[in-house]
Formats: sequence, C-alpha cells, structure tokens
Amino acid sequence: MFENLQLLIDYPSLGVDLIANGLMIGAIFALAAFGMALVWGVLGIINIAQGEFVMLGGFVALTAAGLGVPPLLTIPLAAIALFILGWSLYRLVIFRVVDRDLFVSLLATFGLSIILQQLSNEIFGADVRTLETGLGTMVLFDGQIVLAEIKLVSFVTALTVGLVLWAFLKRARLGQAIRATAQNARAARILGIDTDRVYAATYALNAALCGAAGSLVVMAWTIHPYIGLPYTVRSFLVVIVAGLGNIVAVITAGLGLGALENLAGFILGAEYQIAFVFVLMVILLVGRNFWLRRKREYLE
Amino acid sequence: MILENVLRKLGVVLMAAAVATVTAVGASAKVEGDTVYLGAAISLTGKYSTNGAHTRKGYDLAVEQINAAGGVTVDGVAYKLGIVYYDDESTPARGAQLAERLIQQDGVQFILGPYSSGLTRAMAPITEKYGIPMVEANGASISLFQEGYKYLFAVLSTTEQYLQGAVALAAETAGEGQTLRVGLAMENDPFSQDVRAGVIADAERLGMRIVIDDKLPPELNDMSATLAKVRALRPDLLVVSGHAKGAALAIRQIADSRIDIPMLALTHCDAAQVIEKFAEKAEFALCASQWAPGLSYSDELFGSARDFADLFEATFDYAPPYQSAESAAAVMVFADAFERAGSFDPAAVRDALAATDMMTFYGGINFDDAGRNIAKPMVLFQIQDGEYRVVYPSEASEAELRHPTPRWSER
Repeated sequence: MFENLQLLIDYPSLGVDLIANGLMIGAIFALAAFGMALVWGVLGIINIAQGEFVMLGGFVALTAAGLGVPPLLTIPLAAIALFILGWSLYRLVIFRVVDRDLFVSLLATFGLSIILQQLSNEIFGADVRTLETGLGTMVLFDGQIVLAEIKLVSFVTALTVGLVLWAFLKRARLGQAIRATAQNARAARILGIDTDRVYAATYALNAALCGAAGSLVVMAWTIHPYIGLPYTVRSFLVVIVAGLGNIVAVITAGLGLGALENLAGFILGAEYQIAFVFVLMVILLVGRNFWLRRKREYLE
Repeated sequence: MILENVLRKLGVVLMAAAVATVTAVGASAKVEGDTVYLGAAISLTGKYSTNGAHTRKGYDLAVEQINAAGGVTVDGVAYKLGIVYYDDESTPARGAQLAERLIQQDGVQFILGPYSSGLTRAMAPITEKYGIPMVEANGASISLFQEGYKYLFAVLSTTEQYLQGAVALAAETAGEGQTLRVGLAMENDPFSQDVRAGVIADAERLGMRIVIDDKLPPELNDMSATLAKVRALRPDLLVVSGHAKGAALAIRQIADSRIDIPMLALTHCDAAQVIEKFAEKAEFALCASQWAPGLSYSDELFGSARDFADLFEATFDYAPPYQSAESAAAVMVFADAFERAGSFDPAAVRDALAATDMMTFYGGINFDDAGRNIAKPMVLFQIQDGEYRVVYPSEASEAELRHPTPRWSER
C-alpha cells in the first residue's frame, strides 16, 4: 500500500490518469443511478434489478450490432428496447408492489434480478462479451494520459442524458407529472394525474437509462449475465450520497465515486476496490442517519 | 386399539418395502442390462454453463466413440457405457447434494467430475465418504490434492503449472545478468491464486522480481487501477488470470489504454474467445492451455489430437476447447480401468485407476499418489496472425516465440 502511495507521489501524472479513467466509469454509474433515484423517489421502490437492466442493455446492443447496426447507434436502440421491457415489467410485476411495504418491493425486484440473470444466461450464454466500436485511443500530454475514445463517448453521453433528463423533469408535461407524483401521489391523483401511468413511465424511463448505460458498458468494457450486481450497488451508493431529487448531485456523486474507487483500487490494491465501495456505503448510511434532515425529499 | 395395531404393522411393512426398493435400486442401477452407468453433475445452467456444456460434449463424444467400438469388455462380457446427468446450477452446495443423490438414490458407483475446482471440491468429500471413484477433468486446483483423497483422480495438469511456462519462456529470452520484473494481476479465487503461487515460486527461483501483485475481485468490471501500475512500473512480463472475464478485460483495456508489455501471459484465452473478439488487439498474447489440437499425442480410440479435433468439430460445429478434450480423456480413463480391474467393484476400479498408465490423444495419463496426472505438461499458445500456435513446451511447439511484443505506436 505504501509503495503504491509512493508511486503516486513520484509520478503525479499517474494520479491524473487514474482520476480521468475513474471519471469515465463514474459517468456510467451516474447514468444507471439517475433511474434508480427516479424510481426510488416516485414509486418508493429500491430497484435491485438495476444492474440487470444495465446488463440487458449490453446484450441488446450486441444483438443489434450483430444484425448490422453501427455500434454507436445501439445506444438509443438499447434505451428503446429497455423502455419497452421496463413498461412490461411494471405492468406484470411492479404495479403490484408499489405502495406496499419496502420489503415486498425489495423482494420483488430481487426476484426480477435473478430471473433476468438466468434468462439472459439461457438466451445469450454465460460467455464474456464485448463489442468493438472501431474507435481509437487518445494519447494526451506526451502519453501521460491515455483515454479510449469510447470512454469519452460514454462520458459525454452520460452528461447529455443527465441534462436532457433534468430539462424533461422541469419542462415536459410528463416530467412535471412525475415530480408531482413524487411530491404527493394522493394529491396528484386528486388533481387528475394518472399516477399509475406516471409510475409505469418512470419505471420504463429508468430501464431505458440503464439500457443506454449497458450499451456503453459493452463497448468500453465487457458484459456477461452476472455483471449486474456491481452496477446495482454503485447506483445505490450514488443515490444515497446524492439524494433522490437532484440530478446534478447524482452526476457529481457518480463521477466522484468512479474517481475515488479507481484511486482506492490503485492504492489499496484491486482486491479492496469493492470493499472500499461497501465501507463507503456503510459510512455514508450511518453518517446520514446522524445528520438526517427531518425534511421530505422531493424532486426539484 | 386394533386400528393402531394395523397402522403400526402397515408402517413396518411400508418401511421394509421402502428399504427393499432402495437397496434393490442401489444394487442393480450401476449395471443395467449391458450398460454400466457413470454419474455426472455438471453445470448446465448458471455461470459455468458454457464450460459445463463443453464438459458434457467431451463426455458424450467419448461414450459414443467407446460404445461404437464395442464398449468395454469386463470379465469377458462387453458392456456399453451410459451417463446419468444432473444440473448442478454452478453452485457447490447443489453439486454436493447431487453427488449424494447419484450414489445413494441412483446407485451410480463411478463419478465423472463437474466443471471447476470449486464444485469438484464440494463433491470430493462425498465420493470419498462412500468409496466411489471420481475421475475429474476440470478441477485443477492444487489444494484438491492435498486432502489425502484416495478416490479422486484428475487427468489435467494442476493449477500451479498453468503459467509456469511463461516464466520459463521469459527467462529464456532474457539476456545474461538481467533481472526480469514480473507483474501479477490474479483474481482472488482459489484457481487464480494457485496459478499465482506457481508463477511466484518459479519467478523467484529464477531470480525475477515481483513488482506488481494485484488480486482482482471476482466481480471484476474494470482493470484501470491495475493497468495504471503496469504503465508506471513497466514489468517485462505481465501475468493475468481471472477466468474468461479477466482475459477479455485485460486484452480490451491493455489495447484501449495502449499499454506496452513485452510479454503478456493469460489463462482462459480460448474460453474468452479473444481472437474472435479482439482480432489484432490480442496478437502476441501467450495463453495457457491443457491441450492443443496440434500436439503429437494419439490413441487407438480417437486417433491423433488433430483427429479428435476434427471429429468434435464435425459433431458439434465448433473447434473443441481443451475442457472438452480433457473431459473425453476422463471417460477413456474409466473405460481403461474397468477392463484392467475386470469387475465393477468400486474398490477394484479404484486400484486399477491408481495404476493407470496410458497414452491418449490428450496426452499421457499416469496418476501420482495424490491422484494428479503427472504424465502431461501444460501447453502455452501464442496468438500469431490470428491463430493459436503452440510455443511451449519446446518439444511440442509448432512455432517460434515472437518476442518482445512490439509497442502499440509501432503496430
């Protein structure tokens, strides 16, 4: 551990490289976390199947690319496919557990995550898969910092989606309905908002966001049917840090987590990287309990 | 009162009947008519399902081939082979349960191993307890052979040997008086940690220095932290082991981050299909393998290693991964032991297995006291022009090692 720290002091550019690469994967965490924050805030459900949606997005991208779709175009395609899946899953399962005890919805989404895992294993196989984009690598500052272009694409996509989502919640009718429902579902119903439709749309939107994230993951990293959990855990952590209603905070927390995690992996050793995430999560949960403002969370 | 008596008697009768059925099944199921049954719990679903399928195809192909050639002749009578399969769902607990079921309920007295060291470790105590021989082809962990098991036999080379060839090759290429620097990125699971131990032992013996020693988490999805170290410390040899996902991620991220490594050695390249997926990005990588179609081994059943590969491809439409080859060899070992034992008594078969000394398309098979196959070395491929070419051991090699790997800027 100390020699790693020493290495970081000897080569400061290494730190920049680590942070840059960490921000790239952090953007993916943020992208997956937007939807979790929405679903949590609006439906009151912690979606354990979050990482499985990411994984499915990757497989949709792979399948589409196999049919001849250019890799970057698979991002919207995966989002659309997952939107439809999210909507169907809401109609099949989720609407039965909204407004129920938190445990019921946890169990339901946990069950969903296992079913999705096993189904994709059945359909796509357990192999590790990846998608070649044909994009190159950027070498900056005389080779001090090296970034794969696809990671940059995912970074920009995540930020853009965040921005669009923010505008959508502020301006669009459905966005406003989502915020109203999050604030007070009963009042929203009285005022004529079809909250059931809002719930369905929110859950589908969440799946779509994860789908987009998944298509980026398969292009910049790798996927397989069991890769969901790390993404679920990270989105959960990001939402705990950022709160439910603040998209800018989600982006910041996501990027911060990515960078911190990469630094921790370097200094403590790769085997402690996920342990670091969990320790961070426990500290944050305990800390939040201490400083919890007794104020209702709402979407701004 | 009368009713109670009747019920009690009925209970006794039922219990006796149940016992009779169980023993009857137990006594007759191992050999039904002219077929002797082997049992196998393998991963048809779950995270090992791909390799489980490779394993099953190896078993099936060997059984088919042996039966077509007239089966096994035991005590002057010809028997066919059959396999009772169960799906262990890639979980060790289920594997142990199924081993128990195969032996207790199905009366199977000979077990073919599951896929992976973890599952083999779960099943071995059960087969040992009942004195049932298990020939396994997919559990390479060295720790399996340190428990003193008497009924466990492995046809494959054990884990610590996987990448020792890379260390030997690196040493060969180094000039006089040069201290080589070795980087390790090994998954934190029993398999890769055994591989690591073997590499470290050899590297230290050859005077190399370990400069990176990272343990990758099982839920690995990004390697940039480890690769940053590689970029800074520039090891002469980087060794990566983390099943298919480790191999795929390593090649993907080393290429994307343009990290120059003179020699990169991996496990599970073929399982990760690195040539198909990464094309020229995977060039020059060294890959550990238990077996290769280009090797010069042969037997009477399958012919040469190449003949096996051709038959496999004609049957299943893809080139055989080594998991299938070693699985087929495991069935051949059982068949050979039955004939030499001259009976289907588990203890006699066990003793025959221990005395095995045979040549197969897969390599020589000869077990030491711990049940390890000591007659077959590991093979090391290099990816050259989009193909796997054997470069180690030198007596079996098809091609010259290409070393060092050119820098990314020069490719």
